[in-house]
Amino acid sequence: MQIEPLKQKCGNLVRDWLSQFNAMHIDHLERKWISISMLVIALMVGIITVDAFFHGVNPPSKVETINSASLHLSKEFAEDHLGVEVNDKGEIVIRMVAGRYSFFPKHIDVPAETPLTFRWVSMDVLHGVHIPMTNMSTMIVPGYVAEITTTFPKPGEYPLLCNEYCGLGHNHMWSNISVIAKEDWTAPVKPSESNNE
Amino acid sequence: MNDLVTRKLALSHLWVAFAAFIVACLMGEYQVLERSGFIPALDSAPVYFASVSTHGVLMAFVLTTFFIMGFGYYIAATSLKQAIWNLPLAWGGFGLALFGVVLAAIPLLTGKASVLYTFYPPIVAHAAFYIGATLLVVGSWAWCVIMLVMFNQWKKAHPGLPVPLAMFATAANAMLWLWTSAGVALEVLFQLIPLSLGWIDTVDPGLARTLFAWTLHPIVYFWLIPAYTAFYVFVPKQAGGFLFSDEIARAALIVLVVFALPIGFHHLYMDPEQAQGWKLLHGIGTFVVAIPTLVTGFTVIASLEIAGRLRGGKGLFGWIITLPWTNTMVLSVILALLMLIFGGFGGIVNASYAMNAMIHNTAWVPGHFHLIFGGTTIIMYFAVAYYLWPMLTGKPLFSNAMALTQLWTWFIGMVILTTPWHILGLLGQPRRISSVVYNNLLTLAWKPYELAMIFGGLVLLGSACLFIYILVKTQFNPTSEAFDQEVEFAEPLHAVTSLPEYLNDLTLWNKVIAVLMAISFGFPILQFFFMETFGSSGWGY
Repeated sequence: MQIEPLKQKCGNLVRDWLSQFNAMHIDHLERKWISISMLVIALMVGIITVDAFFHGVNPPSKVETINSASLHLSKEFAEDHLGVEVNDKGEIVIRMVAGRYSFFPKHIDVPAETPLTFRWVSMDVLHGVHIPMTNMSTMIVPGYVAEITTTFPKPGEYPLLCNEYCGLGHNHMWSNISVIAKEDWTAPVKPSESNNE
Repeated sequence: MNDLVTRKLALSHLWVAFAAFIVACLMGEYQVLERSGFIPALDSAPVYFASVSTHGVLMAFVLTTFFIMGFGYYIAATSLKQAIWNLPLAWGGFGLALFGVVLAAIPLLTGKASVLYTFYPPIVAHAAFYIGATLLVVGSWAWCVIMLVMFNQWKKAHPGLPVPLAMFATAANAMLWLWTSAGVALEVLFQLIPLSLGWIDTVDPGLARTLFAWTLHPIVYFWLIPAYTAFYVFVPKQAGGFLFSDEIARAALIVLVVFALPIGFHHLYMDPEQAQGWKLLHGIGTFVVAIPTLVTGFTVIASLEIAGRLRGGKGLFGWIITLPWTNTMVLSVILALLMLIFGGFGGIVNASYAMNAMIHNTAWVPGHFHLIFGGTTIIMYFAVAYYLWPMLTGKPLFSNAMALTQLWTWFIGMVILTTPWHILGLLGQPRRISSVVYNNLLTLAWKPYELAMIFGGLVLLGSACLFIYILVKTQFNPTSEAFDQEVEFAEPLHAVTSLPEYLNDLTLWNKVIAVLMAISFGFPILQFFFMETFGSSGWGY
């Protein structure tokens, strides 16, 4: 009903602002520099946006909540479900619990050149984890599940380091991960299955 | 209005700022020493984290807030040629902020608030720490009110005239700080103080981090704007030239203030509690805010070139040589810009939505902000202090040569400190560790860089002591030689003839900020009340 006059009013306002801006003294060199700056910034934003939308390059952002106080009672993060698991679809899922001062389990074996999905939870305070020289990095916020999928190109022994202040023992918080050549790696046996036998 | 009342007000603020600064510098050097592990007797995690927490609070909250308030009062009085509005409120704000600092210092220094200056719930500190920090912020709000009232009073008394650029920048910064501090104020009032006093049992760390991210980016622009103000209103005159453009300076400041606010999620890129679309939106805004900095760089360098050429500089680069390198303000801006260029490159890595994963929470990050804040911003705080001290105390600067030495050593020390820090980050060293005890060969590669950092810190500490020495010697010099020059604000190359009202006023931009904040933070905050979340109980450390 009232949209048209409103649109017109806004249009006039913006035109008015622009004409006032252009009436100011702006040196031609300055105009050029501003244009160049905007182009450079547009290029960077463009690359990031294309990567995000078309190549799926995104930081860990799964907004999934969990009760950090009762992880031991949860189905997914109870002790016998932690570590490396190959799910029904053949995907490798690694469930890890961060707590002062370690990541549990303390040591895991994973294959190189294979997509790995890490699911991280905290049982106490804020933590963060990264594997040096890789892009496996995420914050672990109590109350939330941090999920990140990545692939390690090279076999080797890597540390998992806590990178967020979590208390006076923060520097003692680490565990280890062995990245094994794809052909040498075997999937661990599901503990629930072995128990049943 | 360089009257005694204003001078006393400004000096009191600046001395609190620089006292905090020198204490924090001492702690900084202790921290690089402790962390390196070269002196086993120093090894103590409780002392280290008490020190890191205090260092952060003193540098980021006390030095900056008091410096900005003192600088703002002096700019308002001298550029508007007006007495400070409501002096009792100004002194009240000062007293409240200082009381807050003392209140927070007690738990900090006794190890009862080793939660770092970024709080990190669900770890809980003593309530006095949060209450003290809140009083510091509330005290600074009195300053904001005074700046905005004086800005509007002057505009009313001078209709149609452009507000002096120095005051325009200061008032814009006051508005920015009111918006900026709201996020952390909500976190502290509704989550941290109630939790620390036992009024509530749990907090949601996801919500707390989101609210802190609201504050965490614009706060650095709150710190940086006085440096930019000095770039625009002092540097061109001190270099012997003119400001290249007054109008574009205002436009750059406005874009800086408006876009500094809705972009805080680049601190949460790696967090699980916010979705990727919001992160990307904030990430794009983060790049937009680089534009006013690029424009500022152009204006400052163009102003310097005008000065260099007026002083007889010829050729493409000849004007650089003819600049007055022995002027503390000019030397400072050259060093500050150099560090801004390097720090800017690092900043682009941090701001990059995906590349950030490689350096997130590694030693790279403190390396970056020591370069930009400890380098660019602090060096301009030094320059402002050297410039204003003779006017504030009525005595000439004790020694210009010593001041130049101080600036050079600060620059060199900062390069020696931050270069290895960045490299350590690339080598995978996490930030915020008190010692290196990882049972891993990788850590052997870190040693030489840690050694270099100790040396860099030592140079910086010496430079900081020299800075305080020069200020003390200037103020308490028994000389009879009086200093009666007044502040000189740079003239623009072209007089401002036509200025749109929206570049001379803040009302419109206040509304724009409100809309942008509602868009960028509205849903991300509200989501915590709509989805099923689980709070965390408080933890010691």
